[in-house]
Amino acid sequence: MLGEGILKGLSETIKNFAGSFVSAERLTTVQYPEQRIAPIEATRDFPFLVYDGADWEAGMRCVACQICEKECPPKCIYIVKSTDKKPDAVGKPQFYPARFDIDISVCMSCQICVEVCPFEAIKMDTEFELSTTDRFGGLLLDRKQLAKSDEYYHRIHPTEADEVDACLAHGKAKTDAKTTAAAIASAVRGAETPARPVEGGV
Amino acid sequence: MSIAFYLIAALTVAGGLAAVLLKNTVHCALALTVAFAGLALFFLQLDAQFAGFAQILVYIGAVAILVVFAILLTRGSETPKDGVFSRNWLAGLVIAAGVFAVLGWAVLQSVSVLPHETAAPTVTVLQIGNALMRRYVLPLEIVALLLTAALIGAVIVAMHEKEGAR
Amino acid sequence: MIETLDQIFVLLQHWLMGLLPAGLQPAAGVVLGVVAIVCLFPALFALTTVFERKGLARIQNRIGPNRVGPLGILQPIADGIKSLTKEDIVPLSADAAVHFLAPLLMVVMVFMGFAVLPMGRNMVLVDMDAGLLFFFAMGASTELSVFMAGWSSRNKYSLLGAMRAVAQMISYEVPLLMSSVAVVMIAGSLSLTKIVDAQNHYTWGLPHWYIFTPWGLAGFLTFAVAATAETNRSPFDLPEGESELVAGYHTEYSGFKFALFFLGEYLAMFSISGLGTTLFLGGWSAPFSFLGWVPSWFWFFSKMMLSIFVFIWMRGTLPRLRQDQLMNFAWKFVLPLTLVNLMIAVLWRFLGEGWQRWVFCSAILLFAYAGMGLAGMRRGHFGPRRYRYAE
Repeated sequence: MLGEGILKGLSETIKNFAGSFVSAERLTTVQYPEQRIAPIEATRDFPFLVYDGADWEAGMRCVACQICEKECPPKCIYIVKSTDKKPDAVGKPQFYPARFDIDISVCMSCQICVEVCPFEAIKMDTEFELSTTDRFGGLLLDRKQLAKSDEYYHRIHPTEADEVDACLAHGKAKTDAKTTAAAIASAVRGAETPARPVEGGV
Repeated sequence: MSIAFYLIAALTVAGGLAAVLLKNTVHCALALTVAFAGLALFFLQLDAQFAGFAQILVYIGAVAILVVFAILLTRGSETPKDGVFSRNWLAGLVIAAGVFAVLGWAVLQSVSVLPHETAAPTVTVLQIGNALMRRYVLPLEIVALLLTAALIGAVIVAMHEKEGAR
Repeated sequence: MIETLDQIFVLLQHWLMGLLPAGLQPAAGVVLGVVAIVCLFPALFALTTVFERKGLARIQNRIGPNRVGPLGILQPIADGIKSLTKEDIVPLSADAAVHFLAPLLMVVMVFMGFAVLPMGRNMVLVDMDAGLLFFFAMGASTELSVFMAGWSSRNKYSLLGAMRAVAQMISYEVPLLMSSVAVVMIAGSLSLTKIVDAQNHYTWGLPHWYIFTPWGLAGFLTFAVAATAETNRSPFDLPEGESELVAGYHTEYSGFKFALFFLGEYLAMFSISGLGTTLFLGGWSAPFSFLGWVPSWFWFFSKMMLSIFVFIWMRGTLPRLRQDQLMNFAWKFVLPLTLVNLMIAVLWRFLGEGWQRWVFCSAILLFAYAGMGLAGMRRGHFGPRRYRYAE
């Protein structure tokens, strides 16, 4: 019948109009910035550097291997390696980045730096309200701005952080087991072979 | 002859003069519309409501638009190169004076024949309707037939043009 | 007390007139009425712009403007300031006089249309014998202003938009008048006050509004369709919508002149809703006889605002019609339906009281509607689109 479609359309819109006052299903608007939708866990925006413990300089996991700098497609990471070493989480002395700059006006959030990092040091953040009036310097994040704690990482990506912790703990356990085994082996070797006088030689 | 009559008369005459003296043809058509409006105001001043509103509805609402469309579609809106006065203006003046004389004589004859009335007769729409449907029904139907013929003719001409364009 | 509330504006007008000397009183009365209309309807226009934006927003799952005042009520003030302070650009080759006069003519003619609407008992500005004809005469002059706007801009898109708008308005003028002629025939008068008086009777508490009769319902529907097209509202807003896409007749207008066009369009919407209310919905008469204590002007304005709500609802629902679809619809569907409606109204009058006239008139109308609808759908004019080459 002519006009049937119009009546169906009109009934649909009036249902929408009336329903928008009572049900949140109909009125799907979120009034940003007063109301915000909680981001889902897999949200990713720009990278940040993870540090363990309280001191961001001492606990930073990054060892300035520069793999992320080489793998980054738009080349937005700039790393300057330090000249001295500091002990890392397992106690082994490692280099650390004296400068670690990411230009977030260039970064395309591809997550390749996260995928290639062998030390689980760089992860994706969920922060997007980064507008600034200075469009050159303000969008170049340095080491201090990028460093965020492990607790923060657990807050924004709980499942991922738990997996990373399990991985690191497993790695640490393996290293510990290896060191203990090596220590036991060396102790055993020392016990088995009596100390022989070193043969004097010319 | 009240002040309203003189004002409306001035408006109508000004509209008519502008319609022939202006250079831009669309401006002339709009000035003609002002003259039509003046005529409608005359009708209303004489308390002939139906005639006045029908004048607005038909002349301003339809005829003026038709005139403007015709000007646009025939590219008459370009200003004439020779100016607005034609070369045979004397002959035109003589003819216009002759027509004015005939009309004026006819009006004055009828005015002197009619008795002096102080109040205008009130003609209601009902009386007009009755007259149209009873006494003047034959002219009404003939005019309707004429208009229908014009409408069909216009449609046929447009259809031929459409087929000609294909 | 009820009488006082009902006639409160008339009493106010008489009291204010009484403050002046006797010679000035008639003129003062008219001026007071004019001032009331000129103040009230633009205020209603301001309110309607907010309601339209919020209404459309709710239909589209969002909230409308809500920052300016509580619930965005003061948004028109912000819009008004914006349109007043924008630069008034007139193209160099545009016809300055006509360009200036077009919005003025439109607004003046639309305001004149309000003079004959009976907004309550004894609340007409000018009670004319041929009031309906006056209203349509003013509406016809609006088309001329649209054309003037389009031509004076010296812009070919403007001109095209204006020609299309004028063609649309002229085509739908005929069904508009034909639907009203049916009412005039039954009521027996062109005067709007008499038409409302003819509808102000009640049988078993239900009113004698013309919309509750078969010919009245069909007439109201065709009147509504023609009114939507006359005021260039969705789904017939091709002249306006073109200005969103390419251009339209008010493309070369900025700032206050554009605001005047906008005002003119909304006021035309108000006046034609007012006319529809008067002709078909009983004007200022109450829906049920026991509600007669509510003031008459309240009923008139609520019915008018209800019509405006329906206009907004249709805008939020229907997509735009293309120019040729619009014209086909007018000449091949709406106009024959109005002619059938006229004959039904004649039949209604001459069959006299009784159930026969209800049955016959409704049956003939339904057959005509269904028949023309089916014929149109089979030939592909209405209904889902048929493609010549794609299938």
